[in-house]
Amino acid sequence: MPTLIDNTRPKPEARTVVSAAARAKGKGDAKGGLYKPREPIYPKLVHGRWRTVKWALLIVMLAIYYITPWIRWARPGDLPQQAVLVDFAGRRFYFFDIQLWPQEVYIFTGLLVIAALALFLVTALFGRLWCGYACPQTVWTDLFIVVERLFEGDRNARMRLDAQPMSFDKAWRKIGKHLTWLGIAFGTGGAWIFYFHDAPTLIRTFWIGQGAMTAYVSCALLTATTYVFAGWMREQVCTYMCPWPRIQGAMLDEHSLQVAYLSDRGEPRGPHKKGQSWEGRGDCIDCNQCVVVCPMGIDIRDGSQLECINCGLCVDACDDILGRLGRPTGLIAYDTDSAVAARGCGQKAVYKYVRPRTIYYALALTLVSSLTLWALVGRPKADVHVIRDRNPIYVRMHDGAVRDGYTLKIANRTFADRTFEVAFAGLPGARLSQPGLPGSGVSVLVPADQVVAVRVFVTAPPDADRAPSLPGRFVVRSNEIQTEAKTVFLSGATNPQ
Amino acid sequence: MAPERETDAVTGVETTGHEWDGIRELDNPLPRWWLWTWYGCIAVAIAYWILMPAWPGLHGYTKGLLHASDRANVATELQALDVQRGSGAAMMRKASLTQIEQDPKLQAYAQQVGQSVFGDNCATCHGIGGTGGKGYPNLRDDVWLWGGTLEDIQHTITVGIRSGHPQARLSQMPAFGRDGLLPPETISDLTEYVVKLSGRPADTAAVARATPVFAAQCVACHGVDGRGSQAVGAPNLTDAEWLYGSDRKAISGQIFSGNGGVMPTWGGRLSPETIKALAVYVHANAGGQ
Repeated sequence: MPTLIDNTRPKPEARTVVSAAARAKGKGDAKGGLYKPREPIYPKLVHGRWRTVKWALLIVMLAIYYITPWIRWARPGDLPQQAVLVDFAGRRFYFFDIQLWPQEVYIFTGLLVIAALALFLVTALFGRLWCGYACPQTVWTDLFIVVERLFEGDRNARMRLDAQPMSFDKAWRKIGKHLTWLGIAFGTGGAWIFYFHDAPTLIRTFWIGQGAMTAYVSCALLTATTYVFAGWMREQVCTYMCPWPRIQGAMLDEHSLQVAYLSDRGEPRGPHKKGQSWEGRGDCIDCNQCVVVCPMGIDIRDGSQLECINCGLCVDACDDILGRLGRPTGLIAYDTDSAVAARGCGQKAVYKYVRPRTIYYALALTLVSSLTLWALVGRPKADVHVIRDRNPIYVRMHDGAVRDGYTLKIANRTFADRTFEVAFAGLPGARLSQPGLPGSGVSVLVPADQVVAVRVFVTAPPDADRAPSLPGRFVVRSNEIQTEAKTVFLSGATNPQ
Repeated sequence: MAPERETDAVTGVETTGHEWDGIRELDNPLPRWWLWTWYGCIAVAIAYWILMPAWPGLHGYTKGLLHASDRANVATELQALDVQRGSGAAMMRKASLTQIEQDPKLQAYAQQVGQSVFGDNCATCHGIGGTGGKGYPNLRDDVWLWGGTLEDIQHTITVGIRSGHPQARLSQMPAFGRDGLLPPETISDLTEYVVKLSGRPADTAAVARATPVFAAQCVACHGVDGRGSQAVGAPNLTDAEWLYGSDRKAISGQIFSGNGGVMPTWGGRLSPETIKALAVYVHANAGGQ
């Protein structure tokens, strides 16, 4: 039985019993009732190791997002010259040298499964790294807070400004902030649509009203969600809208790394005057810096919480204060519940990265990655699919010959026009022909990067083998490329009893 | 009785009193913006009632300010379809039947049109696969009563068979038995003769008795060798293909009553372009001629 996470943390005193309605009333909601207004959060700017990492990641990820659609990539013929393009009209997906057809959507499925499993593994090992560093909600909220700080100043200035009555100074700061937010939001929605159309063309046609309707709708939708989510809703998105905080409970255990307040070192907490002894007390001086920098508005000292996105800003804030006090840093740190618990009991902290959970996730991740890679690398250059005529399933000719009809769909995945020679194997003496065309033998011209459907007839001579169902296969060949598909030839004969 | 409400020690929040496997639900207030989202949805619904067709009345329904109508949309789309079909029809008009069949693009178009038109008009008798049935010719094989060239098929579709059209394909096998032209025992002999024509064992004495009768009564249409004639729509009696059945009973029944089917004339109902496409569809999917 694993240790229970809450056991080692000092429990707050049981508060007085208050109903939700009464508490809502108590928080200044005059109308009372069952609904809680959002409490504004004013995260303070902090400097430190994790903040620097977050800045770097923010720049890298925004750069990837905005620059990618503008990378050009040489492809033959009329094919798009954009390195990364989701071409819905042409039903193709381009990623540098990789080109995917809609039939290959399973590779996307593989990619999504890989992403999910990677997220599971990272969460089991290192906690909610995704939430704290890489999630677009976090990145754009960070960016929006930078703008907010630019116009309204840091935490205290913002709180003062919000408390002030409306004035010219307040008005221009607020308007400036929202206009800049809207600008960034429009830039976000605007960059998104370049992934679905040729970017240099769309940037011209977009402004003169000639872009695709989907481009305008997607742009408007993403502008709205970016502005509302990163500007107005922020932590509400993580707490109330995102399923991930709820799901991650199944991936985390007491050995997962997460931002933790080391209560064994910090308690008992209390104010500390310069020159006072540190004997008999904890390192936490109750300065509240970990709370004021928190973008989620929580107190990490209450233990691991649903709201915590593990961004590590409280780590930076605490380390800064501890440095000034001359105490060793790391009172709030990335640590595991089991390590905190062990130290609390005076035992040695043990870090277990290899455990059944992480082994399963890693194995599943390796398996799915290998399968997806194998599928991607082993894709055929050409493909043939056979659709057998169902009505009639066979036709008997006047001389007793039997003819079956098939529709072949031949896909040419190369970037050159190709003529495919079609052959039917498995039925000696059978004649292959095309409807309405004299002679026998079928060759089909399939333009580069396209699929051509062709109807063919296979005619078995009158003296042919008359088993009711004969296995056969269509072999399609163009120079070095050869592919085949299995089918059956139905002769109309009945099984001997 | 309402479940007992108690206070959670860790959070200080009252629980709802419900318990599932030891898990109790905290009675936290909902975020206010959820409520606003709900009000927003109500507002959207009301705006929708005003803008779009919504409320049924005794005589119709509220039309909405936008006058949106799926019927009107369908009419517009049908018009667009007509324009689109116009270009296809022009292609069919310009090209000869052979050109349509030999050109992969034109043939693909004709196959599409033909399949759809065949399903709507022809499948009732000939079957959706075109394989016909007793009394209804199979259009997939290589046996043709009235000729299996592109032009023959086009003509048959246009004028029909025994349809009353002035140029209709017309042939009439006499009802030798019903009209008393031949006695029953001669019909029985003739049946043996026809069975022998198609290469099957038959009563030699009956065949000998029937030989002069066949020469007198049948060769005019079916020919001396019994191979029939597409000019008069007389079936070939020597092959394995039988419109009304191949056994003796079916053959003697046909000699007795001289059945002949009726195919309507399609000239007035389908446009010449559609008939061209249909002819190519039937010809291309048949056994060739």
